[in-house]
Amino acid sequence: MEKEKLRWLFESMYRIRRFEETMLEQTFKGKSMGVTHSSDGQEAGPAGVCAHLTDKDWIGSTHRGHGHCIAKGLDTKKMMAEIFGKSTGQCKGKGGSMHIADFSKGMLGANAIVGASIPLAVGAALSSKYNGTENDSVGVAFFGDGATGQGVLHESMNLASIWKLPVIFVCENNHYAEATPVEYAVSIEDISDRAAAYSMPGVTADGMDVFDVYEVAGEAINRARKGEGPTLIELKTFRYHGHFHADDPKKYRTPEEDEKWKDRDCLKIFEEKVIANNSMDLDSIKKIKESIDAEMLDAVEFAEKSPMPNIEELYSDVYVKYKD
Amino acid sequence: MTFDYSQTFRGSSGLPNLDNVPGTEMRYRDAFNLTLRQELDRDPSVFVMGEDIAGGAGRFEKDGEVSYEEKKGFKPLDAWGGPFAATKGLIQDFGTDRIKDTPISEAGVLGAAIGAALTGTRPIVDLMYFDFVTVAYDQLLSNAAKSRYMFGGQTKVPLTMFARSGAGTGHAAQHSESFYSMLVHIPGLKVVVPSDPLSVKGLLSASIRDDDPVFLVNDKKLINLNGFVPDEEVVFELGKGRYLKRGTDVTLIGMAYTSEICRKVAEKLEESGVSCEVVDMLSLSPLDEDIILESVSKTNKVVIVDEDTPMCSMASEISSIIADKGFDYLDAPIKKVNSPHTPVPYNRDLEFSFMPSEERVIKAVKEIVEY
Repeated sequence: MEKEKLRWLFESMYRIRRFEETMLEQTFKGKSMGVTHSSDGQEAGPAGVCAHLTDKDWIGSTHRGHGHCIAKGLDTKKMMAEIFGKSTGQCKGKGGSMHIADFSKGMLGANAIVGASIPLAVGAALSSKYNGTENDSVGVAFFGDGATGQGVLHESMNLASIWKLPVIFVCENNHYAEATPVEYAVSIEDISDRAAAYSMPGVTADGMDVFDVYEVAGEAINRARKGEGPTLIELKTFRYHGHFHADDPKKYRTPEEDEKWKDRDCLKIFEEKVIANNSMDLDSIKKIKESIDAEMLDAVEFAEKSPMPNIEELYSDVYVKYKD
Repeated sequence: MTFDYSQTFRGSSGLPNLDNVPGTEMRYRDAFNLTLRQELDRDPSVFVMGEDIAGGAGRFEKDGEVSYEEKKGFKPLDAWGGPFAATKGLIQDFGTDRIKDTPISEAGVLGAAIGAALTGTRPIVDLMYFDFVTVAYDQLLSNAAKSRYMFGGQTKVPLTMFARSGAGTGHAAQHSESFYSMLVHIPGLKVVVPSDPLSVKGLLSASIRDDDPVFLVNDKKLINLNGFVPDEEVVFELGKGRYLKRGTDVTLIGMAYTSEICRKVAEKLEESGVSCEVVDMLSLSPLDEDIILESVSKTNKVVIVDEDTPMCSMASEISSIIADKGFDYLDAPIKKVNSPHTPVPYNRDLEFSFMPSEERVIKAVKEIVEY
């Protein structure tokens, strides 16, 4: 893998990790105006998938969307300001943690209705096919294991298959939908098996190993760009934190389970691999970490110092135009 | 446009008429179909999706030979052309990419249309029966209507939806809804209700060209109504009502088919010396408060006719506007004529008792005219 790409993967994962940690600290300080959902632990998924995308490709995301935003290139300052509810936020402080979008970056928005963003990614792919731009504009639908219980996923996968749309369905199976274990709520062991019902390829990848995610996603995205249709990818992963900031996962997970996953932390696996094969050295890893740690301090300072929205903003942007 | 068609109604006394305008008498359904064609011709980013809008998934035909696969020299062919032939013949002229039959997947299809609208195209979705809106309601409420606002104005959703509403055709409880208020209640969504072939043309063109999500409701009872449609482009301003008749004693306010009821009642009562003014709302969101208050300020009495069930209905909303902003104009209680708080029954006698009728409107007028 090219050095630049390796560096990008590590930067993205570490940036997501530090953003989530910083965001949680700030949430507990009372700086967030609502609930936040951390994706720490799941970083390899967004990084390994989005490494293949450009600003012309579209992604749909979830309530646990900070990682997708960062991997798609959104500005962490504007993201933090959005969580602080500030006017400089990515959505002017009107969306919050669960509704961060950046259309200039091909990010269709974090979406707080479980499963609801999946057809949006299908629609983006439909636009591409309609305009004949499949080659440089695919749609990626990120969703969790919880969304596999939603009917709209079935509808979306069927539409993508019958119309052979350039979509990649990426299920981040973090093993818990809120507090409900996947073993209870999903009737099969590998969610990727469901692909067979839509005559599309289904692959399960190690969601803690960014190299595995990168490879599987690359193949699927290539197929989509070549007009060969959709793929379902399941990433087996784990969120270290609870469902939302104040949720204590000890109420439904054992310490052994947490330890087992943290042993296979995506940053740790990455560092071990690149050091072992000499593709990155400890010094450059340290420098990346220092630079991103500083970026987080800047993001908090920016959010802290930014002004609140004007109260008139309450009424703006409901419509493009309503009444004269 | 030659002049403002939105304020004209052929043959109504005291209103501008269209006698010298080139145009054709046609049914509401034909006006709808022609307008779709006109808009598809005009803008290549417009396309239509829905269940059986072609039917037969657009089989292909050449010289009478039918193929179920696309073949050279063969043209796509429809079987249905949509319920009530709304999209009849379009696939022949615009092809399978622009006239797209879908599986029965209202939520998935509407969601995909929203995704397409967010990424640069202008989809039109036929949801078939108005009742099926609820199958896709989450996509409508949470994505179509809210994306612009919750993302801080970064995006727009140029999406048009339409579906057939209303009782009176024996379709029973699950194919006869008129729950306008369930859509009007949603900030970020616009809702329009044409009442004749001319307003179908003016409102459908306006909806497709609008950059916000618009739901156009087709009342089934109007689909074969005849009326004059100008040949030239007609684009109504969304949010404007119109007068179907001017009068002095009582204001009758209608929407979609109930505007037709109001018009007929006004004609009948004219003979017995009661002068009714008829306001046709045309758009329910935005709602033309000015025309409501203007008319009531003159007649001082009002009957609102709405096929939706009564609680939290458009009739309730219009009543509250008049009570709030037009209280001093009133010389009599505001009268609402709604359907009762029941599902739509199947039996014809029950169904026709359910819907607002000319008799019920006349009764309401008589209750207040001498007040």
